[in-house]
Amino acid sequence: MSSITTLKYTLQLADNVLIMGQRLAAWCGKGPVLEQDIALTNISLDQIGQARSLYQYAALIINNMPAADKAHLFNAPLLQEKINNQHTITEDDLAYLRDAWDFRNCLLVEQENGDWAYTVARSFFFDRFQYLLYAALQKSMDSTLAAIAEKSLKEVQYHIKWASEWVIRLGDGTAISKEKMQQALQARWEYTGELFAMNAIEQAAMQANIGVDVSSLQQAYQQQIEAIVNEASLQMPTAAWMQTGGKNGVHTEHLGYILAEMQYLQRAYPNMEW
Amino acid sequence: MTQVSFEASFQKKIDEEIMIEPQDYMPDEYRKTLIRQISQHAHSEIVGMLPEANWITRAPSLRRKAVLLAKVQDEGGHGLYLYSAAETLGITRDQMLHQLHTGAAKYSSIFNYPTITWADMGAIGWLVDGAAIMNQVPLCRTSYGPYARAMVRVCKEESFHQRQGYEIMLSLAKGTPVQKQMAQDALNRWWAPALMMFGPLDAVSPNTAKSMEWRIKRFTNDELRQRFIDVTVEQIRILGLELPDANIKWNEERGHYDSSELNWDEFWNVVKGNGPCNKERLATRVKAWEDGAWVREAASAYAEKRKTKKAA
Amino acid sequence: MSNENKEWPLWEVFIRSKAGLDHKHAGSLHAADAQMAIENARDVYTRRMEGISIWVVESKHIHASNPEEAAAFFDPAQDKIYRHPTFYNLPDELKHM
Ligand SMILES: [Fe+2]
Ligand SMILES: [Fe+2]
Ligand SMILES: [Fe+2]
Repeated sequence: MSSITTLKYTLQLADNVLIMGQRLAAWCGKGPVLEQDIALTNISLDQIGQARSLYQYAALIINNMPAADKAHLFNAPLLQEKINNQHTITEDDLAYLRDAWDFRNCLLVEQENGDWAYTVARSFFFDRFQYLLYAALQKSMDSTLAAIAEKSLKEVQYHIKWASEWVIRLGDGTAISKEKMQQALQARWEYTGELFAMNAIEQAAMQANIGVDVSSLQQAYQQQIEAIVNEASLQMPTAAWMQTGGKNGVHTEHLGYILAEMQYLQRAYPNMEW
Repeated sequence: MTQVSFEASFQKKIDEEIMIEPQDYMPDEYRKTLIRQISQHAHSEIVGMLPEANWITRAPSLRRKAVLLAKVQDEGGHGLYLYSAAETLGITRDQMLHQLHTGAAKYSSIFNYPTITWADMGAIGWLVDGAAIMNQVPLCRTSYGPYARAMVRVCKEESFHQRQGYEIMLSLAKGTPVQKQMAQDALNRWWAPALMMFGPLDAVSPNTAKSMEWRIKRFTNDELRQRFIDVTVEQIRILGLELPDANIKWNEERGHYDSSELNWDEFWNVVKGNGPCNKERLATRVKAWEDGAWVREAASAYAEKRKTKKAA
Repeated sequence: MSNENKEWPLWEVFIRSKAGLDHKHAGSLHAADAQMAIENARDVYTRRMEGISIWVVESKHIHASNPEEAAAFFDPAQDKIYRHPTFYNLPDELKHM
C-alpha cells in the first residue's frame, strides 16, 4: 500500500475535524447560557485534539517519504518548498500552510454557525457520521488510524448525545424553536449526501484496507437520523439535490474566509515559532 | 437573641476565622457587599472571555489554539462558580446578568482594553491573570464559605493560565526581532492597566476598611499592587524585555520597587464606561444573551412537557 | 403559558472522584432538566478528571439543618467519646483490633 494513500486519507480525516472545531470555537463566550458555552467548547477541544493527532501522523508520513514521492504533494508553494527543502514538517505546517484547494474536508463542516439551531443541525449531521466512521475505522489495517479512531469514538459518543438532545429539545420545545430547528435541518441536509459519496482517496484507502467504505454507512445513518428527528416531532428534511465538492477540493466560499482568519499569523510572519 | 447580640456573635465568628455560611445570620451590609463583590467578580470572568476569545480562531498554532480555548473556557467556569456563590445570598443569576446588561453592575476595567496582536494573549495570561491570582489567592480564606470554596476551585484552575501566558511571551521574546518587538509592545500597553486591576489607591478606596474588618478582603489594594510589581519586575528580566516604566527602581529602604504614579484619570474614565471597548464588550454580552433567549425558553418548555408526560 | 424570563432551575452537583469514595458536593449550576444537569455537570465540573460518577439534585429539594439549633444538634455528641475506638485501653501486645 502506498504511503501517499495513507497520507491523503489521514489529511482528509484531519481537515474535517479541524474545520468543525474551528467553527465551534467561534461560539466561545457567546453561547445562550454559560453551561452550554462550556459544553460546546469541550466538543470543539475534542475535535481540535483529534485533528492534531491526525496531522501529527500525516506529518510523520511525509517526513518518512522518499524525496521523489513528495515532490508534488500540495499546491501551496510555502508548504511544498519546505518539503522540497527537506524541512521536518509539523502538524502546524499542514494546518496553516495549505490553501483551500488542498483541503479535503466536506462542505458540511465549513458552513456558517448561524444561530443555535443551525449549529446544532450541523453538529447533529456531522457527529452522527463521525460516529459510524470511527466505529468502522477502528478495524483499519493501519494501527495508528485504528487507535485514533478508538480514542475519538468515545468523544464522539458524547457529541452525538449532546447534538441529538438539542434537536429533540428544540423540535419539541416552543413553536419558535420547532420552526427554527426544522429550517436548520432542511438547510443543512443538502450537505450530507457528500459524506457517503466515495472520492478517489477513500476508494484507494478502502482497497488498501486502511479506510472505511463510507457508502456502506448511509443506511444506518439515515435510520439513526430519522429516529431522532421523529422523536423531536420534526419532519425528515429533503433535498432535491445534494451538494458535493469539498472532498475533492472544490469548496464553498466559506472555507477561504475560515483559512484567511485561521492562518493569518503564519502568513504575515512566516517561518517563526509561536 | 437581640439584633445587637446577633451582630456581636457574627463579628466574633469573623474574628475567630469561622466561616459564615448561607443560612447563618449576617448583617445586611455584609450581604450587600458580598453580592456586589462576587457578582462583579463573576461579570469580570464572563466579559473577560471576550478579549481573548477573539484570538482563538486566529491562534498561530494548533497547540496554542487548544490551550487558549481551554483557558477561556475556564474563565466561563469561574464566572459560573462565582454566580453560584452569589446565588446563595438570595439573588438569582438572571438578576445579576440584568444588572450587568443594564450597566448597573461593574466588571473589571482591564477587559475594556483591546487585544490587537497575538502578544496580547501572552501579556494577558501573564499580567492580567497574574494580577488576578494575586488578588484571588487571599480570597480562598475569605469569610464567606461559598465564596471561599469557589475561589479555591478558581485558583486551582488559574495556575495554568498565567503559565501559558508567560510561555507565549517567552516564545516571542526569544523569537525573531519582530516577535520580540510584539512582546515588548504588549507589555508596555498592558502594564499600567494590570496595575490598576488592584483598584484605586487605599487612600481613596471607599470599601476597603469595612471589607478588611469583615475579612472579605485580606490585604489592601496598595499592598497587593506592590507585591505584584515586585515579582513581575523579575519576570520581565527573565524575558529579556525592557521595563515598561522608566521609573521602576529598587528602593533599598522600603525593600520594594518604586514605580510611576498611575494615571487615575484614565482609570476612572474607563470605570465610567469610556474605555476603548466598554460599549463593544457590553453589546456583545447583551447580544449573546438576547440571541439565546429563544433557546433557553425552548429548553424550559421541553422540560415542562416531559415532566407532565411523565406525570400522566 | 409563557416561559419568558423563566430562569432554568438551579441544581447541586455531587461528584464521586474515584471508585470507593463518597459523592461530594462540587458546586451548582443551571439546567432545564435533570438529564441536562448531569451533562452540564460533566462539562463544568469534571474537565480535569475530577470524577467518575455524578449526582444532581434540584437545589430546592435540599433541606438543611437550622444553624440556630446547631448547639442542640451537635454538641451532645462531644461527650460520647466512647464511640471512638481510641477510647479503649488495650494491651500493646494485642495486634489487629
Ligand atoms: Fe480571570
Ligand atoms: Fe478566571
Ligand atoms: Fe484566568
